Amino acid sequence: MRKSSPGSVRRAFQPWNDPAAKPLVEFRGVTRRFGAVTAVGDLSLSLYPREFFALLGPSGCGKTTLMRMLAGFERPDAGEILLDGVDITAVPPHLRPVNMMFQSYALFPHLNVADNVAYGLKREGLPRVEIARRVEEMLALVKLEGLGRRRPDQLSGGQRQRVALARALAKKPKLLLLDEPMAALDRKLREATQFELMDLQSELGMTFMVVTHDQDEAMTMADRMAVMDHGKLVQIGPPDVIYEAPANRHVAEFVGDINLFEGRVAAIEGDLVKVETSFAGTIELDEEAPALGVGEPVLVGLRPEKIDLGHDEPIGVANKVAGEIWDIGYLGDFTMIQVMIGGEDGQLLKVALANRTRRIARPFAWEDKVWLSWDIEAGLVLRP
Amino acid sequence: MRRLGPGLVLVLVAGFAFLYLPILALIAYSFNASRLVTVWGGFSTHWYGALMANQPLLDAAWLSVRLGLVSATFATVLGTLAALALVRHGRFVGRTLFSGMVLAPLVMPEVVTGLSLLLLFVAVDAERGFWTVTIAHATFSLGFACIVVQSRLAGFDRSLEEAAQDLGATPLVTFATVTLPLIWPAVAAAWMLAFTLSLDDLVIASFTTGPGATTLPMRLYSAVKLGVSPEINAACTIMIGAVALAVIAASLLLKREQVAGS
Repeated sequence: MRKSSPGSVRRAFQPWNDPAAKPLVEFRGVTRRFGAVTAVGDLSLSLYPREFFALLGPSGCGKTTLMRMLAGFERPDAGEILLDGVDITAVPPHLRPVNMMFQSYALFPHLNVADNVAYGLKREGLPRVEIARRVEEMLALVKLEGLGRRRPDQLSGGQRQRVALARALAKKPKLLLLDEPMAALDRKLREATQFELMDLQSELGMTFMVVTHDQDEAMTMADRMAVMDHGKLVQIGPPDVIYEAPANRHVAEFVGDINLFEGRVAAIEGDLVKVETSFAGTIELDEEAPALGVGEPVLVGLRPEKIDLGHDEPIGVANKVAGEIWDIGYLGDFTMIQVMIGGEDGQLLKVALANRTRRIARPFAWEDKVWLSWDIEAGLVLRP
Repeated sequence: MRRLGPGLVLVLVAGFAFLYLPILALIAYSFNASRLVTVWGGFSTHWYGALMANQPLLDAAWLSVRLGLVSATFATVLGTLAALALVRHGRFVGRTLFSGMVLAPLVMPEVVTGLSLLLLFVAVDAERGFWTVTIAHATFSLGFACIVVQSRLAGFDRSLEEAAQDLGATPLVTFATVTLPLIWPAVAAAWMLAFTLSLDDLVIASFTTGPGATTLPMRLYSAVKLGVSPEINAACTIMIGAVALAVIAASLLLKREQVAGS
């Protein structure tokens, strides 16, 4: 019996698996070209109300273009975009109930904080008293009470980011777009802000779509994320599924570190797949209903933290291989060790060891002969 | 900062002397008590008083000021719009031609501009006077205004305008509430530059004006033909003061804008 296959983690919030759920946003066959370059190609995607969705991809993959089409700054060359069931493809940005937080924050330098937050409300023609009340409410929400009279250039980077957030939230949009929201913050502030943003999103019950190239950011915050490459969505799913069951080599390599073994399927015994590899011998792995044929060339992916390292040959494990330590990178919370298997011209593997004690002298040193071992549930099969 | 050698200092002083000594002499002689321009007869503000009594000269000055106000306003509005088109609308059809035509008056000899405008006004049978000179001045100072505004727009963060639209502002409201407040120092500087150009111009005004519309430079020029009087010196001193003030104000505005825009 399988204990916990990826994707079977229990989730309360999964509208994307509910056929009756009505999507808030729908991209239908959307294409956007810039000259000869196709930034977004025939892309379809649905976002659901109250969802925190992250779009992850390297720069130039089309994720920003996709978001700008949702905001209305880019027109698709083909396809349509629906918001709440209404076609908004041709609706100009100022008439869309969608707000965006810009990567540069785009705070108006000639207006103070309160006037920046009030800008969208003034365009709605709300009464002064109501505007003032909403501005106070928003500044309290992002913990900037009392800074309303300041000018943007008198604020720190973190404060500026909060003003941008308050300004985008002030109109209570159906959908908030966040373009690389943490890119300009330092690491500590970034982590804190990520959790605050998640709290804020569930508190307000809004739908958030964040575009980022930072996988930690996407995985921390998102209910569901999409990995994008060359204008296509390569995989959509909850962060743990993306990490543990990547759809292909590109996703596996883009999200987190992974060791890849080239090989051929040697045997299939029920759910157990045996793959013959050049440097790691025969790797056994547990694959639910493998749609593979014997003799088929495949890749075996193995995340660095799923490998055990020892000086003595392990007994009674499914997979093991001998190697020599080539490099040790101490990173504080864990140590990344590079191990060469299959001799000088073999393959370099990454192994992550959690540093669970404060021992300064680590048990492993350069040029140590070591054994690597892993479970049948550690590896995954990818098509090359 | 590196110190300049004595040779360089000499060249610098000679250069500045060549540029500004005549102007300083003119200013000094405007306070000359003597009627003879080249003989110093003691300090006096007599000629400034005489200037105030010279009605034709005052009329010409007032005409030049009105001309400057109107033509600078036209040039600034059109120059700003041209700059917006050039910076904002990417590579539209005919962009190079448009840019060339807007900026051509900058390098066109004034005689050519003046003559061609005269031919145009004659061809359409326009009555020459205040409005023909205004149109002529707006035409040639438009290019200068466009360049000043264009340089400010080029460094303008586009996402500010997008943010305004995202928050519900129409393109026109975006321009009024975000773009214009942020580029206004450049627009004001452009206006002052256009005003100065109009105030200084002799050649184009001579070609395009008609009876009854004599500008200050034209009046001064015709007066000089009869001999330089200290009164002319006084008038020129006032003009130099006005132009210097406008230029200093414009450069201060641009400097402030750089500090604020950074």
